[in-house]
Amino acid sequence: MEVLQAIAAHYNHWITIFLMVAGLYVVVARGNMIKKLIGLSLFQTSVYLLYISPGKILGGTAPIIDPSIEVYSNPLPHVLILTAIVVGVATLALGLGLVVRINEVYGSIEEDEIFTREDDDE
Amino acid sequence: MESFINMILLTLLAVVTLGVVRLRNLFAVVILGGIYSFLMASVLIVLDAVDVSMTEASVGAGISTVLMLTVLYMTRVEEAKPVHTPILPLFVAGVTGAVLVYGTWGLPAFGLSDTPINTHVGMRYMELSVPDTGIPNVVTSVLASYRGFDTLGETTVVFTAGIGVLLLLRRGVSLARLRRKQQEEEKPS
Repeated sequence: MEVLQAIAAHYNHWITIFLMVAGLYVVVARGNMIKKLIGLSLFQTSVYLLYISPGKILGGTAPIIDPSIEVYSNPLPHVLILTAIVVGVATLALGLGLVVRINEVYGSIEEDEIFTREDDDE
Repeated sequence: MESFINMILLTLLAVVTLGVVRLRNLFAVVILGGIYSFLMASVLIVLDAVDVSMTEASVGAGISTVLMLTVLYMTRVEEAKPVHTPILPLFVAGVTGAVLVYGTWGLPAFGLSDTPINTHVGMRYMELSVPDTGIPNVVTSVLASYRGFDTLGETTVVFTAGIGVLLLLRRGVSLARLRRKQQEEEKPS
């Protein structure tokens, strides 16, 4: 039972770290640019969890004031992450726009193919 | 019970992430990304972040997926086989993960109310929101009132990104037209 409690105490952190590391791995290891952007958004969503998990209070509810409720979760991380989500989709759109342009010029979205084409040109 | 549901949803999230990392068909990856976003929205509901959950379901699972599918239509669906061995990236990711997990020992446990994050400014907003602004939803009052400038900055970023995308794609159209014109001029001669 104690082991289970110890796991539950940090499970959110560990999954957050797993998502973060998975995103990092995709960004570094994969050459396909769309896949890289997906990895970047994996990394980004892990940050949502990183911020919102510590703000949760067990037994609390969403931070909407009502006389019948006493315990609320922390509203501040929610506000910060709302901003982050919207900015995240804006940067994703810009990145995808760049991918479309690269595909128009090089006819490929694979990093290795683009590099070999560059070398051939020189 | 809350904690239990939370753990199950998080485990599902990790499984979907494994699929996203391993698959090479980008169409499948994008759809899995949509599932991932909905799972994330469910987790956020359990964590009491209802506003964030709605935004994630509409923006993360909706708009992002549509954008990705559009770009897949304009480029190609299959990812090429990786040329390099993934040993070095795996090593970097593993070491980073290990260091971060080591760091979690110093963090407070999940769901407590007396942690530093839950005893300072966040809870002050809870007390002041209704007397100051009259809005019962504290997330709304902080977003639009206390941190209004933050939100203004956010809209500036979105606006800039929109201009960037327009410029990038417009430029593409005009370049393609230019190239076609050049080809037509070269043909008769």
